Parts: sequence; C-alpha cells; structure tokens
Amino acid sequence: MSALNIKELTKKQNPLTQGHRMCPGCGAPTAVRQALMGVDYPVVVVSATGCMEVSTTVYPYSAWRMPFMHIAFENAGAGISGVEAAYKVLRKKGKTDKEIKFIAFGGDGGTYDIGLQSLSGALERGHDFTYICYNNQGYMNTGAQRSGATPRNANATTSPAGSAVPGKLQRAKDLTEIVAAHDIPYVAQTSLHNPMDLITKVKRAVETPGPAFVNILVPCPLFWKIEPASQMEICQLAVDSKFWPVYEVADGKYSLSYEPKKTRSIEEFLRAQGRYSHLFKKGAERLDLIEQAQRDADESWAKLLRKCGK
Amino acid sequence: MSDKKKVMTSGNLAFAEAMRQINPDVVAAYPITPSTEIPMRFADFVANGKVDSEYVAVESEHSAISACVGASVSGGRVMTASSANGVALMHEIFPIAAAFRAPIIFGLVNRSLGAPVNIHCDHSDSMPERDSGWIQIYCEDAQEVYDSVLLATRLAEDPRVLTPVFVCQDGFITSHCYEPVELLDDESVKKFVGERKAAYPLLDTDNPVSYGSFTMSEYYFEIKRSQMEGMNNVLPVYRELAEELGKETGRSYAPIEGYRAEDADYLIVIMSSATGVVKDVVDELREEGVKAGVLRVRFFRPFPREELLSLAGGKKGLAVLDRSASIGGTAPLAAEVKSALYDLADRPRVQEYIFGLGGRDFYAQDARAVFERMMNEDYRAQARFIGLLERGDENERA
Amino acid sequence: MGTVAFGASALDVQTGLWRSMRPVIDTEKCVSCLRCWIQCPDDSIELDAEGKVRGIKLFFCKGCGLCEKLCPTKAISMLSESSFADAQQPSGEHPGEVGAHVR
Repeated sequence: MSALNIKELTKKQNPLTQGHRMCPGCGAPTAVRQALMGVDYPVVVVSATGCMEVSTTVYPYSAWRMPFMHIAFENAGAGISGVEAAYKVLRKKGKTDKEIKFIAFGGDGGTYDIGLQSLSGALERGHDFTYICYNNQGYMNTGAQRSGATPRNANATTSPAGSAVPGKLQRAKDLTEIVAAHDIPYVAQTSLHNPMDLITKVKRAVETPGPAFVNILVPCPLFWKIEPASQMEICQLAVDSKFWPVYEVADGKYSLSYEPKKTRSIEEFLRAQGRYSHLFKKGAERLDLIEQAQRDADESWAKLLRKCGK
Repeated sequence: MSDKKKVMTSGNLAFAEAMRQINPDVVAAYPITPSTEIPMRFADFVANGKVDSEYVAVESEHSAISACVGASVSGGRVMTASSANGVALMHEIFPIAAAFRAPIIFGLVNRSLGAPVNIHCDHSDSMPERDSGWIQIYCEDAQEVYDSVLLATRLAEDPRVLTPVFVCQDGFITSHCYEPVELLDDESVKKFVGERKAAYPLLDTDNPVSYGSFTMSEYYFEIKRSQMEGMNNVLPVYRELAEELGKETGRSYAPIEGYRAEDADYLIVIMSSATGVVKDVVDELREEGVKAGVLRVRFFRPFPREELLSLAGGKKGLAVLDRSASIGGTAPLAAEVKSALYDLADRPRVQEYIFGLGGRDFYAQDARAVFERMMNEDYRAQARFIGLLERGDENERA
Repeated sequence: MGTVAFGASALDVQTGLWRSMRPVIDTEKCVSCLRCWIQCPDDSIELDAEGKVRGIKLFFCKGCGLCEKLCPTKAISMLSESSFADAQQPSGEHPGEVGAHVR
C-alpha cells in the first residue's frame, strides 16, 4: 500500500458529491468522503437505511459518484453478499473485466442492532467486502433514539433522562470486538479526529482480500447536542479520554493506532455534550454516574491493552 | 427439435433440474420444509461443477431474498426457493425486489403459515404476497413446474415485464411425489432462456446509478404506476413465450385452464394440485349427463380477468374453492372471481368454499358434493368449509 | 424505491440555500493546509489545479462553521448571510423529469 498524501488526494474526484441533504456539520458525510478518498479501485456501495442513505439519495438526485444500492435497514450485509456473488460469476463468465471493490455502509442502528445478523452472516461466509459503520451512537434518522451503540447515561429519546431514570442504563455493546470474534482478516476502529488514520484504515480494509470492518465514531450535532462546527474537536476528546480507542486487528493481531500523550477525563468528554447535561445539573450532579463512566472506560482500555500485548 | 427425456421425478427436483439447465448466476437460499430439496439439489450441482453459479448459503430467508436482490440488480440471473414462514420473513423485501424490477425466479413450495406449525400444503404463505408486485403462477403438477421455470425466466426478464415471479407448487403433494416428467435437453433450454440483458446493472461502474432512493410524494405514485404497466404486459408476453416453448414441448398452459368448461353449466374454480380430483369427478358427472367443468386458475397475479369472463360467463353456477382464508373477509380466489364477474350482465351465482387448510385431504366425494349443491341451487351467503371435522359442520362427508 | 437515479445528479441541488452564516476566506492568511478541505462534510472548499484553497463553493456550503473552527491561521470568518448584497433567496427545488428516471 502506497503512503497517502493529502496533496495527492486533492487530485481525485470526490466520491460523494455536494448537494446531499445531511445536516450542517454532520460527521457522517465527512466519514464517507474520507473513507472513499483513498480507495483506488472502482467501488460499488451498498447502504443500510439511515440518515446517510436517505439524505444522499433524495430522488431523482443521488450524491454517489459510484453505483449505489439501498434495499432496507437490516440487510446491507446480505445485499452486498449478493452483489459480490454476482460479480464473481459475471467476472468468471467474462461479462466484466474490472477489479471492483465492494463497500457497505451502515449507521450503528443498521449495524449494531437490526443489521447484526446479516452482517455476521456475510462475515462468516467470507465475502470480499468492507463494511463501514458510521457510528453516531443512536437512531438519528428517526430522531435520536437509543441503540445498542448508545453509551450509558446518554439522554436519548427512547432512554430519556428523567427524574427517575438518568438516561440510558446499559453500556454500549462492543461491536468491534463482536466482529473481531469472526476472525476476519481486518477490523479497525477510528474516528474523525485524524483524517489520515481513517483514510488509511479504510484503504487497508478495502485492499485486504476477504471481509473487513471499520467502526467510525462520528458525532451527530443534534443528538450529542454540540455545535455543528465541533465534529473534529469532540472526536479528539473522545479518543484522548479513551472513550473511543483507536486500534486495529489485522489477521488477529491487535495494535493501538493512537495513544493519547495526555489523557483527558471522561468527565471532560461528557461535559462537552448536551446529551449528558443531566449529569451536571447544578445541585443534582451525578458524580456516581460520572465515576462509573470513567470506570467503564478504564476497564475497556485495560482489556484492549492486554489484547495488544501491553 | 429437442432431444427429450422422460424421467420419474418430483416437483422440487424438477424445479432444481430446470435450474441446472438454466445455469443461473446466483442462488441464495435458506432451508425450510418443504422447499429445502431445491437448494439442496442445487448446492449439489454447484459442488460437482455442473453449473457455473455462486451458491450463497445465507443465514436467514430475509438475507436470502436480500442477497437475491443485490445479485439481480447487479445484472445476474438469480433464483431462490422457500415456503411458509420463510416466505413470511422475506415479506419486507418482496415489494422492494418488484420495485427494483429485479427479475428473480422464486420456487415457492406452498405450505401453511404457522401457528400452529404445520408442514403441509395450503396457500396461506403465497396469498399474503399477492399484492407485493410479483407475478404468481400456480402449478398443478411436476411437469408444469418444470415448464413454468423455463417460461418464468423469460417472462421475468422480458423488458416489457421486468417483474419477479413466484412459481408455486403444492407442498409435498407436488413437491415430493414422483411422477413422470418430460425434460428438454440442456441445449434447447439454454437456447430458449438465452442470456439476461440487464438495463441498469449495478456493476457498471462507468455509468453509476443509485437503487433504492428516498422518494417522496412527487414521484412515488408514478413509480408504482410503472410497475402496474409491467404487470399489465405479463399475459400478452406470456402467450408469446408459451407458444414458443410449446413448439418444443408440445405442451401449453393457458393463464386459466378450462377443463370441459366450454359447454358446462356448472364450474368449480380451483388452483394447483387439487384440480386433478375435480377433473375425475367432472368426467364421472359427464357420464351421468351432468354438464360439469373445471377452471384452474394458473396465473393469480396478474389475475386473468378477461379469460375468466369468457370462460365463466353465462354459466348456471360457479363454486370457488380457496386453499387459504382471509379471516374476516372473502378468501383470495373467491374475491378475485366475484370481483371480475361483477360487470357481467349474465353473471352466474357463486358459492365460496375453503378447503385443504394445513394439508387437510380433499376427496372426490367433496368435489361431487359441491357440484350437487350447485345443481340443487343450494347457495349460501357464507363460505362453506370442506372436510372440517368439527361437530355441526354442514358439509360433513357421507 | 424502484427507481434508478443517476450518479452524481445531486450536484444540481443548491444546499447553499440552507446557510445563515457564510464563511469568508482571507487568502492572505490562508496557508492551504487543507484541514478545512478534508474535513468539510459538504466538500465546499474550492481548490485550484495546484491544490491551493481558492474559495468556498457557496452553491453548496451549508454554513456549519467547521472550517472556521479548524483553521490554524484564522483565515476563515463566519459572517451573517444577510450582510451580503448577493444573499441567496430561497427559490425552491426543481425536480427532474420523471420520465427520464422511472423505468
């Protein structure tokens, strides 16, 4: 794999055009743009239902410069399996001579929750494709409901912070580890804090034969209740607080891609977002929950370090 | 002329044999009784290099049909099979496949829909899909299954139609019983089905298109209307294809098959495998001087309204036998037949029956009793049940 | 559903109409580090053939302000849209011809 250089990237056509209807400052189009930027092959994209899918394909317009298919919410893994299977046969029969790469996109709802089975099936069958989860930690297309990716304490519209219940009570499931347990050749986690990390990981995923998976933490300004302009800043906070570790698992080997020089506290990460404001209410601060969130993060980080042999 | 071969086989295996001869690009399927033999046999063909296809052994029926949509939209020729709750699990994706104009060929082996769990035949799995935008063909026997797979492949992919097809056969009765079936040679099948030419294949990376757009009120209606147009073209295109294949096979199947129907006074309208026993009873009644006949509805979608009118107009009585119920409403076949007859000035009286749910047997004396009631002008507003074992059933067997 | 839309056709959609704040680049201060370009959710940073920042694609820019925040030399300022003489008037969308897309 050749080293990436930003000047080189500017010479390529943007894989996702302007004119899509994602919210101002949304992290998802940035993630999709960066993900596809470093890929040097013709690509076919399959997407689960979600904000990205809806906002990029408002008929009769499409913001995708490559072939794109959306079938339904829970079946991006199955849909791309069919596309890849057809490609194999048609190539064998000489009906196409191109080397095409296949990339599926899903939000966390379409990946952690409703689409997990079809993703797992596609990974187990070993199709040659890359699945990218743009993970904003909830169902944003329907208005900020909680998902299996929503962290503990977050105030989501189906796990609201009320006088009796302080937001979501459960931890997010660790999907990256669930995917890694499929023993596929490449699994990675990243965020919008560093474009080159994202671009390089997706490029590696796409160029790896067999199934690959990249889990990208992206902010939703509406759900996270942050300024639209702060997508990169909040992601930096997420990785510096070890809330969202940046690592990869290549052929079963774990390695950290980023270790913060100065670790910031989980409290700082939570305080920066309106979805946790109930924890910081004057006179009713939930220090216990903030401490628990810190413990959650410390535990996950320690587990990851062990896997990385540190 | 084709080098034909007669073999003893079943509906499922005849379906699989047609698949081998067609050599589809992708088959994605998930096992469920009684359709499992179709993917099993096909996986065997793949394992032994008899076909060039990719067999995708998915983890659910929902993924089976989703993978089929992906493969079909990519430009491949795609087939699958399922039954009962498997079909129900796929339900969400059927209208999407139809709207994508993905010409998938589907072996639907009819089985009752749970609960209670029952593996035997009725049409309660396929009938809920009648409004999904797919073509539905119901076969009487294994020979017809074989011929229909060939016809369905051409029909689905015809640019005037571009609509997926269910080729339905009765679970166990047709799918598992062995009977003589005449097969065409491989070369003739290959010639008849030709190669698929997809209009906007997803794999054409030089001319990228997007499938599955978000489409608001400005366009949705027009897109549905365009699907209806495809469906309206089905029967005329089918007649061309049936004539073409008929020259090879010597067999032809009308959208509605009439048996001694032309001069009949009384007609039973029925579908699929149960037709045979009614034909026997018709022969007996004819011997006795009763002008009895049968209409077997082969195409349920599109419903051959004109054919029905020309075959059923002017009769003294009609009895419609449904192998599924619409609980709280009129059973599907009866609803179609009565609706079609409404415009006829001399429309016959119609009696509705429900029979064979969950594989309940249907006997010659049942068919005879239906004709006798028509002859006695014993009509009721309510549908009657055939073969129900509860006390007080007004249609108990002699 | 059921439709084929042609790739990259969204280039006709003027999302710039959403904007209430407009980014303005001071080309004196800009060092073309491309941080804004690579992070822009709407790919609205215009580059010249050499890959230098030339301006903002106002037809598309939704005015999120990310570029202003990321700029290491403070070369970008967000100014109220209404302070510009050429402030864009919402004109509604122009859907394409249905016949060309439905098949």
